[in-house]
Amino acid sequence: MKALLLLLAAAVLPAADSNSVLIRNVSVHPVTGPDIQNGSVLVLDGKVAEIGPKIAPRGGARVVDGHGLQLYPGMINAGTNIGLDEIQALHDSVDLDEIGMFNPELRAEVAFNPSSQHVEVVRAGGITSLISLPGSGGGGGSVITGQAALMHLDGWTWEEMAVKPSAVMEMLFPQIQSGGGRRQAAAGAQRSYRDDENQYKERLRQVSLFFEDARRYEKAKTAGAPDFQRDIKLEAMLPVIDGKQALFVRASTERAIKDAVAFADKEKVKIVIADPREIGATGPLLKAHQIAVVLGKTLALPEHEDDPYDAPYTLPNEFFKAGVKICFGTFDVEFARNVPFEAAQAAAFGLPHDEALKALTINSAEILGAGDQLGSIEKGKLGDLILTDGDPMEAKTNIKQMFIAGKEVSLESRHTREYEKWMKRP
Amino acid sequence: MRYLVLSLSLLAATVGIDQAQTVLIRNTTVLTVTKGTVPNGDVLIENGKVAAVGKNVSAPANATVVDGSGKFLMPGIIDCHSHTAVEGSVNEGTVSDSSMVDIKDVLDPTDINIYRALAGGLTVSNVLHGSANAIGGQTTVIKLRWGKTAPELLFEGAKPGIKFALGENPKRQGYPPQGQGLFNAGAAAERRYPGTRMGVEEVIRQSFTEAKIYQAEWKTYKERAARGEHPIPPRKDLRLEPLVEVLEGQRYVHAHSYRSDEILMLLRTADEMGFKIRTLQHVLEGYKVAKEIAAHGAGASTFSDWWSYKIEAYDATPYNAAIMARKGVVVSLNSDSDELQRHLNLEAAKTMRYGGLNETEALAMVTINPAKQLGIDDKVGSIEVGKSADLVLFDKHPLSDFSKPLKVWIDGHQYFDRDKDLEMRPGFEQQKKALQEKQAAEGRSGRGHGGAAVNPGPTAGPMVDLTGGGRS
Repeated sequence: MKALLLLLAAAVLPAADSNSVLIRNVSVHPVTGPDIQNGSVLVLDGKVAEIGPKIAPRGGARVVDGHGLQLYPGMINAGTNIGLDEIQALHDSVDLDEIGMFNPELRAEVAFNPSSQHVEVVRAGGITSLISLPGSGGGGGSVITGQAALMHLDGWTWEEMAVKPSAVMEMLFPQIQSGGGRRQAAAGAQRSYRDDENQYKERLRQVSLFFEDARRYEKAKTAGAPDFQRDIKLEAMLPVIDGKQALFVRASTERAIKDAVAFADKEKVKIVIADPREIGATGPLLKAHQIAVVLGKTLALPEHEDDPYDAPYTLPNEFFKAGVKICFGTFDVEFARNVPFEAAQAAAFGLPHDEALKALTINSAEILGAGDQLGSIEKGKLGDLILTDGDPMEAKTNIKQMFIAGKEVSLESRHTREYEKWMKRP
Repeated sequence: MRYLVLSLSLLAATVGIDQAQTVLIRNTTVLTVTKGTVPNGDVLIENGKVAAVGKNVSAPANATVVDGSGKFLMPGIIDCHSHTAVEGSVNEGTVSDSSMVDIKDVLDPTDINIYRALAGGLTVSNVLHGSANAIGGQTTVIKLRWGKTAPELLFEGAKPGIKFALGENPKRQGYPPQGQGLFNAGAAAERRYPGTRMGVEEVIRQSFTEAKIYQAEWKTYKERAARGEHPIPPRKDLRLEPLVEVLEGQRYVHAHSYRSDEILMLLRTADEMGFKIRTLQHVLEGYKVAKEIAAHGAGASTFSDWWSYKIEAYDATPYNAAIMARKGVVVSLNSDSDELQRHLNLEAAKTMRYGGLNETEALAMVTINPAKQLGIDDKVGSIEVGKSADLVLFDKHPLSDFSKPLKVWIDGHQYFDRDKDLEMRPGFEQQKKALQEKQAAEGRSGRGHGGAAVNPGPTAGPMVDLTGGGRS
């Protein structure tokens, strides 16, 4: 009899890859709306269908009891090199920083290794999607490194994983390349600041010319010029110069941010500032232009010897207080799973707690142009959800279950498998 | 120049808060680590030591009272692997056995990272030579007494150590030239032995074989001299002296290691040669040989979650600390980084997620356990009567990612106070502005730099030095 019941139960259970789920009896944190104690969330066919205090099962959704647990939207890391960099020191395992100054036609998506061990490791930290950037931020004189992909951390192929394959165009804003200070002096550097500045201006001029080329290309194309020839580099620039795709501009210093904003004004392109290490006087400027910022690591050293010890810790709140929309990235691979802790440290030093959470979820989605799909628990959005036993920004919290587009995904990884295997060693 | 002036200001500022000798921290959650948690507890500091821990401790008339209500007091954090306060490079990379050099000789007490670490609750660091050699330089334990001189940083009575290194780093200079890479010595570097893990083992075996001969020569000499004979003393060898100290248990071995094979190799070589490995550093695959590490009696000082930055770090797991702890190894979490050392309490919190350690076990990873590994657990590492008053007051529980240190004491002297730090900032800004104006004025009048364009200082690029301490 018992066996028969089990058989019957099995018959009505949805398939393992079902993308419909009802999570009941759980504290729901939608992020964009008020928290619901003892609430329910129903996901049907990968999308959130209903949120409320009590929802009856329907549509073949699997029922999960979330008693005593918290339900948050899956977190987003808005700046990583996941999928393109497996082992940093082994060049053969790294696909970052292609040769060439302008590579807008390169797509991170197509080189994203879906079997990278990092995918599972990052997922275990409560992160359901991330940006994979084609550049490391320091590579070889490149200015436009390529198209960054917004990826789900689930799928058999990169194609299945991609949420927004060409979410943003990564640009390393040219900087005055003077290390300066005692180290450079010790190395006997002979270049003057003027030399460095001139080189910088020359690079900016080349960038402007490239954008000018793209514009002329578009004109020729639109006009149907008889000798028009397709150019894949310039073709890839069209969404940028048309303002449809944001430039994801890495600019670490106050000067680079100012110059990047001036550049965006001149070229009439949409930009996001990425991984700034200081705010300086750029707050009002960014606010006035409604330019958002993807912050890098909060847990970092101050840039200058005479900065306050907590300068990187207070930086996120400085941007927030200035009225700038922020979200978090880590701009690496190894510590991409720790992005919630970067937000927590910012909260410890002034950023309001709810803003820290938004900067891991809804803000990230909106800044990356996926605000209609990700970043909050709302009807119609993808069912990217995490069940936790506490605040997901706390290291001591356990991520208990994860759903990506309504499908439960494993939280096992290379790390948990080693743990289980070696704990058993006699 | 402006850095020097600012540093001097900080020194002066430190003296300003470095006075109270008798302090009562009242009505706070005391996380003793070794004797449980005292809610609404008091801790009395007298003569640099913890004089009382408990409830309703009465304040002596001369005591400064600190209200700790709603806050958390923990022992000063201890880092078993640091390269902070080392002047210049941490590697004497030209030889495979650089046991003759000593970090103690190159301590820089003005390294701003000392202050930055203090502000993260760190009070003690094991300052190590780099990992370029199978047998590296001599190491020293310091207290982060910001504002004091180099000799005053030294942890009184802490046993000195020596760095060993296994695996990729010591064999790197033995690779055929491969061009520039993050971890390559570079095409220009001359190859030097060893270039394999086998060679690393041989260097250690060879050096200790020589050390034993040297030890015997001196023993014979001393015996003959004691008998009233007049033997010629053996030639002094500064390379072998510290290795004899290792053989005689007078110097600790702190061994940088990654893979389980090399860890086991070192334990067996040490067993054979008759010395002990005090700590295995990094020890990312320690979880595979935890049983052997525990049997040898070595401690393990690892990272919370570093992995994948090189092939020997690919089998790393953040569960490493928990597995080793469960299998009987004394485990600590270290930083090896000017940055990470600023929040080792948050690294400890990760062991609760990765392996399910409880709060006390997690805190022990950055307090009493590293103290045990450094042989200083009779003096620091927990809040107990008679121990040094090395204490950190946090605004929230230190295992919360939302917490931050407010005050830090070393030997009962307050070395960090967040309120004072905030108070002093406008003054620093004014000093800085005045200096910049002065510099600009000198530039205009053609003095100083002869009117040439002046590099305004660091403006771009990461300040982290990958060539020095760098990645392990």
